[in-house]
Amino acid sequence: MSVLPYLAAGWVFLVGCYGLATSRNLIHAVGCLSVCQSSTYVLLLAVGYRRGGTAPVFSDIAPGSRPVVDPVVQALVLTDVVVGATVTALLLALVIQTAKRHGTVDPDELSELRG
Amino acid sequence: MSRKARLWLLAVGGIGVAVLLACAAFDLPGFGGTSHPYGERAVRSALARHTANVISSVNFDQRAFDTLGEESILFAAVLGTVVLLRETRDEHSEPPETVRVDPHVRRYALIALPVTLLIGLYIIAHGQLSPGGGFQGGVIVATALHLLYIAIDYKALERIRPAAAYAIADAAGEAAYVLLGTAGLLAGSVFLANFLPYGTFNTLSSGGTVPLLNAAIGVEVAGATVVLLARFLDQALEIEGGGTGGTGRQDEEANRS
Repeated sequence: MSVLPYLAAGWVFLVGCYGLATSRNLIHAVGCLSVCQSSTYVLLLAVGYRRGGTAPVFSDIAPGSRPVVDPVVQALVLTDVVVGATVTALLLALVIQTAKRHGTVDPDELSELRG
Repeated sequence: MSRKARLWLLAVGGIGVAVLLACAAFDLPGFGGTSHPYGERAVRSALARHTANVISSVNFDQRAFDTLGEESILFAAVLGTVVLLRETRDEHSEPPETVRVDPHVRRYALIALPVTLLIGLYIIAHGQLSPGGGFQGGVIVATALHLLYIAIDYKALERIRPAAAYAIADAAGEAAYVLLGTAGLLAGSVFLANFLPYGTFNTLSSGGTVPLLNAAIGVEVAGATVVLLARFLDQALEIEGGGTGGTGRQDEEANRS
């Protein structure tokens, strides 16, 4: 089935969203956001795949001798991974501060405004 | 909103998104197909610029401006983390206790450290030739340093890792990228143009500015990762007080009243 990888990407995204919405722990929520983001890797790599293709690196294969997968989406995924990792770090830093200031990491208990 | 109402709202939204995604998936070109117009052009362009690793060519030459934006996000995220995790007024730092490390772990980590460091530098330097580049190699270099924490203790890591120096390296990497872009402008073409000679295909000096930009990114990512981990490790090991959990809240309220 040639649409299965795309549907799998959508499924991973929705699973992440479900986790985010029902999360009772901010660290868990940050993990769920990473799951959502992983769906974009699956989608991008699926879009760029070519049957029988190899990595678009020509240090050990002669150009034109074999089909290669799409390098543009691979570069996009690289971008995505780096940004994802640092943004996760930033969010976890926020969670640490939340835990220190409010004494809880349950988003449902964080409804009150405090000066 | 009650928990139940929230779940219903989520279900409605989730089903809507699922339907839209499924419709889109059936309209996409089939998985594994042969039509990749952008990919083919990127490969042709990378080969014309003597860069064996097409992904590096896309990241650091054809879409170098996009990578500038990306590394700015990285820089901003690190800056934000440093600001968030600084030691606050009601906290103080205490040197962590030294712990005994299993000799086998110590021996293995000390052997693995230089090897990992070398691999990281290799990955950065060969980014234009083989899979890898500044982003991947930078993370490996930063990880290698932290083997010292596993092998000995946190104090040993802090000795070879003055966080301020790595913060400067982070900024210097970012600045080097912008300066290399400006050099392209001064060389008579556009910002981040590949103005250097392309060199011989599949050699270390091929690819024009790609190896230089890779090195700049490598320095930035290594610095950024070290600074990030330093902030988190400080929180876990050194910074005391200010209250974690419920006690902190009570302290704070007691202070206020």
